[in-house]
Amino acid sequence: MPKLLGKILSNLFSKPSTIQYPFENPGLVEGTRGELSFDMNICDQCQDCERLCPSGAISVDVDEKKIEWDPFKCIYCHLCVDNCMHKAITALDHVKSPDYKLRKKIFER
Amino acid sequence: MKPTAVGDVIGMSKQTSEIKCSVFPFGPQHPVLPEPIQLKFVVQEEKIIDVLPQIGYIHRGIEKAIELNDYRRNIYICERICGICNFQHGMAYSETIEKLTDTMVPLRAKYLRTIWAELTRLQSHLLWLGLFSEGVGFESLFMSIWKIRERVLELTERTGGHRIHLSTNAIGGVSKDMDEKLINHYYSELKALRKEMDTLAPVFYKDKAFRAKQEGKGILPKKDAVHLAAVGPTIRGSGIPQDMRSNFYEAYGMLDFQPITYDSEDVLGRTLVRFDEVYQSIDLMEEALKQMPEGPIQEKNTMFPEGVAIVRVEQPRGECFYYGVGNGTIHLERMRIRTPTIPNIPPLLHMLKGYEVSDIPAIVHSIDPCIACAERITYVDKEES
Repeated sequence: MPKLLGKILSNLFSKPSTIQYPFENPGLVEGTRGELSFDMNICDQCQDCERLCPSGAISVDVDEKKIEWDPFKCIYCHLCVDNCMHKAITALDHVKSPDYKLRKKIFER
Repeated sequence: MKPTAVGDVIGMSKQTSEIKCSVFPFGPQHPVLPEPIQLKFVVQEEKIIDVLPQIGYIHRGIEKAIELNDYRRNIYICERICGICNFQHGMAYSETIEKLTDTMVPLRAKYLRTIWAELTRLQSHLLWLGLFSEGVGFESLFMSIWKIRERVLELTERTGGHRIHLSTNAIGGVSKDMDEKLINHYYSELKALRKEMDTLAPVFYKDKAFRAKQEGKGILPKKDAVHLAAVGPTIRGSGIPQDMRSNFYEAYGMLDFQPITYDSEDVLGRTLVRFDEVYQSIDLMEEALKQMPEGPIQEKNTMFPEGVAIVRVEQPRGECFYYGVGNGTIHLERMRIRTPTIPNIPPLLHMLKGYEVSDIPAIVHSIDPCIACAERITYVDKEES
C-alpha cells in the first residue's frame, strides 16, 4: 500500500505525458530530415541527384533548366543533399505537410 | 461456430476427421494480430486440436525488386522489408555487398552499427512488450511501456532524422557520425530509460495476474525447439543459448556479451528473455559508446559485386539470413532473405496444440510475429482466380 500511495501521489502531481496537439506543437528535434529546396542559380544540371535517388523522386530537365521533385515519392534519405557537388540542394527545417493532391514541386531558374 | 466433419474441409488424417470438431479462422484481420496471417483453429469445445497456417496476404516481391535495382540503391528497399528491425536489414545487406566487393569497414563504423543495431532492438522489444501487455489485458502497462519507448524514438530521430527508419547505413560503413553532444545525450537518455524500466520490473517478475496468463502456457520443450529450428527469443526462452551475436559480427567481439536464456520453456520465459534483453541492449550500447575509437566512418568501394556471400545477423526476433550472388555487373544475380518469423511458425503451431482458446493471444504474441517481412512466396490458385 505505501508503494501504491507513492505512485498515486506522483501521478497526481506530475505533468501529463501527452500534449494538446492543435494548440501545442511538440516541434521537431535537432537533425530531423526535412523538405528539400533546390537553388537553381547554383545547380548546373549534372543529374547526379536524379541518378542517386533511390525512389526516383527527382527528374532534371537539362534543356529547360528545370527540376521536378515529387514530395510523395521522396523517402527523405537526403542522399541528394549529402552528394550534391555544388551544394545546391538544402534541407529545410520543417517537414512536408499533408496535401489533398499528388502534386510535384517545380524549381526553375 | 458450426460443428463440421473437419477432414472434408481441410484434408486431415482419417483419425482426426472422425472426432466432431469446429473450425474457426483467426485472422488475417483480427484485433490481436498486428499483421495478416490466417490461422485456422480446429477446436473441440475449448481445446485446440490442430492449427493450419496460411500466409501470402502481403507478398511484395522484394527479392525480385532487389535483383532488378542498382545494387547501391537497395539498402533503402532492404530497410523497408521490416520497419521495426530496419537497421539490421540495412546492415545485413551492406555486409553482404562488402563481402562481395572485398570492402573493409572502418572500426568506428563497426561500433556505430553495433550501437544503432541495439537501439533498434530496444525500440522493437519495447514495442513488443507493450503489445503483449495489451494482448493479455494490461492496457495501462502497454501505455507505460510505450511512453518509455518514446525516449528511444527521440534518440533515433536525433541520430538519423526519422523516428523509426535510421537510414544511416552505407556500403563500406555508415553515412552519419555521432558528435560529443549526441553521445552525452545518449548516456543521459539511456540512464533515464534504465530507471524507468526498473519501475516496471516488479510487474514482469512478481505480478501474479500477469504471470498467470503466461506460466505453463505454450510449452516448447528444448528438444522440440531444436528439432523445429526455432530462432531468437523463442529458442532462448527454451534454455538454448542460440544467438547470432555470439558469432561476433561488427563490434560484438569486443564487447562483453552473453546470450540470455530462461529454462521455463513457456510464454513467461520468452517474455522475460525480451525484458532482460532491454537491459542487455542498454549495457551493450553504453559499453560500445565508451570503447568507440575516433577515425573514418566509410570506406569507398570501387568494385562491382562478384561471387557468393552469406551473412547472418541477430534481429530482435531472431536470426536473419542474407544470401547474395553477384556477377560483376551493377545488378545482383540473386538475393535471398530469410527473416526470423518463417522458422518460428512451425514452433508456434506446435506450441498452440492442447491449450485453450483464451490462451491464443498470449501464445501467438510470444513468437513476436512479423508477417510482412516473412512473405517471400505467394500462392495463386489458377482455377479460382
